[in-house]
Amino acid sequence: MSQTKLLFAASLLGAVLAWSTAWGEVPGAARPANLAVPSGSAIPLGESTVDHSKLKELQKNFASGPEVTKACLSCHTEAAKQVQHTKHWTWEYTDPKSGQKLGKKNIINNFCTTSISNEKDCMACHAGYGWKDANFDFTAEANVDCLICHDSTATYRKLPGDAGHPVYERREFPHGSGKFVEAVDLQKVAQSVALPSRSNCGSCHFYGAGGDGTKHGDLDSALKKPGKYLDVHMDAKGLNFTCSTCHATAGHKVSGSRYEMAAALTGPAETRGKAAASPAACQSCHGDKPHKESILHAERLNTHSNKLACQTCHIPQYARDSIGTEISWDWSTATRMGTDGKPFLVKDSAGRRAFDSKKGNFVWDSYVVPEYRWFNGHVSYKTKGERIDPGQIVEINRPEGEAGQADSRIWPFKIHRGKQAYDSENNYLVVVHTAGEDDTALWANFDWQKAIGAGMQTAGMRYSGKFGFVSTEMSWPITHMVAPKNDALGCAQCHRENGRLEGITGIYLPGRDHSYLLDNIGWMVVLLSLLGVLIHGGTRAYLHFKHKG
Amino acid sequence: MNASTRIYLYRRYERFWHWSQAVLVIFMLVTGFEIHGVYKNFGFQRAVEYHTLTAWALLTLWAFTIFWQFTTGEWRQYIPTLHRVLAMVRYYAYGIFVNAPHPFHKTPNKKHNPLQRLAYVALLAMVSPLIWGSGFFYLFYAYWQDLGLEGAIPLAWVAMAHTAGAFMMLTFFIVHVYLTTTGHTPLAHIKTMLTGWEEVEDEVPANKASAG
Repeated sequence: MSQTKLLFAASLLGAVLAWSTAWGEVPGAARPANLAVPSGSAIPLGESTVDHSKLKELQKNFASGPEVTKACLSCHTEAAKQVQHTKHWTWEYTDPKSGQKLGKKNIINNFCTTSISNEKDCMACHAGYGWKDANFDFTAEANVDCLICHDSTATYRKLPGDAGHPVYERREFPHGSGKFVEAVDLQKVAQSVALPSRSNCGSCHFYGAGGDGTKHGDLDSALKKPGKYLDVHMDAKGLNFTCSTCHATAGHKVSGSRYEMAAALTGPAETRGKAAASPAACQSCHGDKPHKESILHAERLNTHSNKLACQTCHIPQYARDSIGTEISWDWSTATRMGTDGKPFLVKDSAGRRAFDSKKGNFVWDSYVVPEYRWFNGHVSYKTKGERIDPGQIVEINRPEGEAGQADSRIWPFKIHRGKQAYDSENNYLVVVHTAGEDDTALWANFDWQKAIGAGMQTAGMRYSGKFGFVSTEMSWPITHMVAPKNDALGCAQCHRENGRLEGITGIYLPGRDHSYLLDNIGWMVVLLSLLGVLIHGGTRAYLHFKHKG
Repeated sequence: MNASTRIYLYRRYERFWHWSQAVLVIFMLVTGFEIHGVYKNFGFQRAVEYHTLTAWALLTLWAFTIFWQFTTGEWRQYIPTLHRVLAMVRYYAYGIFVNAPHPFHKTPNKKHNPLQRLAYVALLAMVSPLIWGSGFFYLFYAYWQDLGLEGAIPLAWVAMAHTAGAFMMLTFFIVHVYLTTTGHTPLAHIKTMLTGWEEVEDEVPANKASAG
């Protein structure tokens, strides 16, 4: 009789545990967050109130980009002035904290190193025409390139060597490849202008450092038409965000910047109409506590946002495609020739550049697991002429921030590593004249001495005449290629030993961290008590049987 | 051989409480040490979820049990006493090996021997507050900021207090289970805890009989 009762009690207990299992099935069961889709997103052509092909101003043959710009400005009177106030035009940024002059115009990066003395090539990605040296007129409105951002025909291309001008005459590119780029029909392009699409922004931002996916790792041409897996927001069959859905733009001022990142935005989602401090951040739409959690989770997931960036869990890997990204560029092997004494190229098994006599060695990777750092949104740079310690890895830029700071979060980074030339007497990185047809350009004449000499002269820097190669690294915060929520990181990816956050200090991470002293004492006590009862019980048993026997 | 009497020691609720608590505590230990990173079974996330749920289940159980203890007056069973503690210590240290008579006789009014009472009070007054206090801080970490605790208490301390409590519980568990074998047969205590009935070697009435 009492056994039946016991059985009943046991089955009741079993039911409770089974229920717990069922509950556990939906960790942080979140319904899709309410996304307010800004009205500017993905406007099809038909939604514009203007058919540009009907405008008289555009019904003529344009001989050059600046001519088109003049026509644009005849109606859009303030457009050029607006653009001229942006980084897309100035390529310059002054760090309000350090006063450092940054921006592509000034810094030495870890890829092609610097635009100084190489403007004719680099300015293929400048939103302007004719920047070929330091004498460029930054006030000439006709030099603003409207079409690189507003072309909707995908026929408007700017190639290295043209100082930002589009292809006016049919030309083989790359040189010697047998592939030809057609001359652009400026009239057609001008008549079909539209709001920027992913391809417009991507024509530069996907191809930074001279090739698809090379620079960022979280930006490559797969984002022109991505699936949900690659980017849950840009998903061409789903939300279909354009870049400017998040990088909301007003007066040509595009929000969101690597130089001044909002690394730790807090508070609820921003209401439409409210002046947004940082519309490009995840929190602008999602708020900083977006997870719907059962009482069992006690807001545990949402609390993570006090320590982690959204991106840390929601971008489990970057370069999640076959394009991949460059993770290392070693300039020290550049100028090495083939057995025939001629420059040569080597590709890796996926067809990506592995060696180029002009540029050195490259390493590529896809589906890359980020490295994690504390980050408060401020990045300090090793600027031109700043002393370096050649015995150490030179951090070209360094994300600042640390544990315990209210404005710091753990962020995912692409760390691009490499080696580049430095002045071994003065101990600073050098400006190398790489691109050009002249005798001193590294890619024309394969002579480091001449290339450094010319580059340094252009930059107005002293060169000792001696150079070496130093190990460098550059950190790129990862923020694009946001995965669908089911692909977000699971708890155990970090909450264990040797997990993703192994290198992160300043926090107690359950599952990773222990007090070894406490654990040792604890296990010792447990072991001793076990030993004690075994000896006690064993003695009892022994005496019992001895007695019987 | 003495005749034996059966006394009803543990009532139905008490037994339900004991065994469901046993299962829950074991499950807390199993999931807790997984969260601590000792081994891998459910996976970190599941282990945390089960651990939390089991904690709530234990608290619910205790809400009923506290009510039961006070309405039945059974809480008095846990009032510690030093009376005859040394006799118990001597028994476990020596007497038990030579078949000496147990110095303590269970009755429905005194179910626990003096050592047991001390152990349970220590569990209730020391281990429980440590493990539950730290556990609550741990569980409600999300609210630290609102409560102004962020920065005031390092999470590591809370975690260490909780871990220390867990080791104490594990030690208690080992010794507790072993002591169940010290009845007149190795399984006698377990049987009593299952059925509620204790078979008492009928010494007292026998003595009485001889005296009378």
